[in-house]
Amino acid sequence: MGVKNLAFARETDELVESTQVRKMKSSEKKQNMHQKRFKVLLLILPLGLFLSLTFSVMLGPVPIDMVTVWKIVLSNIPFLGDEMTTYWTTAQQNIIWELRLPRALLGGIVGAGLAIAGVGIQALVRNSLADPYILGVSSGASVGATLVILFGALQFFGQYALSIAAFLGAFLSVVFVYTFARVSGQISTIRLLLAGIAISMILGAVTNVIVLSAPEEEGIRSAMYWMMGSLTGANWTVLPIPATAVVVVFTFLLYQSRTLNLILMGEDTAATLGINVDAFRKILIVVTSLLTGVLVAVSGAIGFIGLMIPHMIRLLVGSDHKRVMPISALFGAVFMVWADIVARLVVAPEELPIGVVTALCGGPFFIWLLRRSSYSFGGR
Amino acid sequence: MSIAVEGISTSIQEKKIISDIHLKVKPGQFVGVIGPNGSGKSTLLKSIYRINKPDCGRILLDSENLYEMSAKKTAQKMAVVSQESQHTFEFSVIEIVLMGRAPHKKVMETDSVEDMQIAQEALEKVGLESYGDRLISTLSGGEKQRVMVARALAQQAKYLVLDEPTNHLDIHHQLQLMDLVKKLNITVIAALHDLNIASVYCDYIYVLNQGQMAIAGRPEEVLTEKILQEIFRVHTHIIKHPITGKTHITFLPESMPSITKYEGELV
Repeated sequence: MGVKNLAFARETDELVESTQVRKMKSSEKKQNMHQKRFKVLLLILPLGLFLSLTFSVMLGPVPIDMVTVWKIVLSNIPFLGDEMTTYWTTAQQNIIWELRLPRALLGGIVGAGLAIAGVGIQALVRNSLADPYILGVSSGASVGATLVILFGALQFFGQYALSIAAFLGAFLSVVFVYTFARVSGQISTIRLLLAGIAISMILGAVTNVIVLSAPEEEGIRSAMYWMMGSLTGANWTVLPIPATAVVVVFTFLLYQSRTLNLILMGEDTAATLGINVDAFRKILIVVTSLLTGVLVAVSGAIGFIGLMIPHMIRLLVGSDHKRVMPISALFGAVFMVWADIVARLVVAPEELPIGVVTALCGGPFFIWLLRRSSYSFGGR
Repeated sequence: MSIAVEGISTSIQEKKIISDIHLKVKPGQFVGVIGPNGSGKSTLLKSIYRINKPDCGRILLDSENLYEMSAKKTAQKMAVVSQESQHTFEFSVIEIVLMGRAPHKKVMETDSVEDMQIAQEALEKVGLESYGDRLISTLSGGEKQRVMVARALAQQAKYLVLDEPTNHLDIHHQLQLMDLVKKLNITVIAALHDLNIASVYCDYIYVLNQGQMAIAGRPEEVLTEKILQEIFRVHTHIIKHPITGKTHITFLPESMPSITKYEGELV
């Protein structure tokens, strides 16, 4: 009897153990779904980005085939291209190397940058409606840019006048927003959002006054064009600053992905899990604003990317920033490169502002996403 | 090895909420903090878990000044389960439990197999072992709170602070959660709303009233008809319950005519 009982007990133990193992395994399997998608995307997207950039450089009023494109690119790289025989024309060389490649690269950089700025800012304010411009960056930049375009302000900076003015405008508006949102040393999320909206409204009005009092029609057109976002200013000298900003901010945010996750759980919760919330949020404000300011300075206020991409990526790989951050950057880059291709080709030889394309392509997709019941956008 | 609150006063937006509070939680004790609405229970607990910094006095955690420790070190020693929190963005249950490992991690250090095991064990302890892959938003209120307890367990802290953890829960889930915590045999300080629950689970109770510590003692010493009348302004009938052996409070509403009769008998 006793032996039997013992055997029975052992059997039950084994049974319990095996159920537990099975349960853990199945849980791990499902848990891995987001991770699997992450791995797949991490493989596919760099390839996609490479191909997108290639297409972007091939397509245009003068189509150039893929082989020539890459030969021209390689021939311009020191050492590698020295021995190459050139069979293409100088015009082709100029189109590829001086016009299309820097522009495609700038598109990629801006797309990646806006996407990660969006991820950061949505974590900062824990609000799914937030985009990188929510703290008044774009409206501040617009004031600076319109002053340069319409009234020739800051001429002593030469060709950099527009970028510098836009960046200064963006920077000042964030400083205002930050100051107004601070109550007895602490930043409250809701004040931050409302101060951002208030400053955006005021600066938007200022921009309108500047545009209305412009001396010539042509200037108004190019100011409007700038405000809707454009990559036409791209050349090799423009690239290093935004590229550096994107790389630095990306590295920082990826490094802090655990903290970003905890911040999403609420300030108090993050604090009880060992995060110095106030200090981290201040850094996050500075970092995302500087990045957005730099991007707006070189490309105008391209809307929608920073709002839309983070949501799309969370749907695919979950909310963990370790996964969201790299995939958002890559996807943002690919998306922007294609938006630029469309902007250049649809009404060629004219060009659409790229912000128009991102809104027209992204909008319907976003609405489709909105109608899916399985993603809550952070609300219930 | 204890939590010692020594004469703290805490203000919120320049309004003094609690003043000169003394309190001690000994190892292994389950300490309750009760008091009417606005008495400062939550403020006191938030001072203990470093959200509301006191204006004066000090809090010692294992005889070290709490506010001089790093947030991370505090989190290694003290875990918090508060009222049902808002989950703005979707995480899976296991991801949330793994967040409890954060205080033990360096930046950029990834979750190890050991962390995963700790998280899974924590989920088993709260009876949600098969929930790891579910999204938190698909869980009921009671399940969500158990996930929060699991996260606190994954933190492997010596002290557990419960800030009205059973608000919004029905009676079954209230008891389930309290039983769960009681069985863990760790040091607990809890702000509680339900006096009968406080009576059943607490070893020692502090009663707050208008920001002051009104009285403290074992449940049967503190939960008396006179004190409850004075502080909570309710008529009660208190017995030692024949089954639980604990102090049991029956609340007597003023609208019932029999109450006045009962009061007459008392006099």
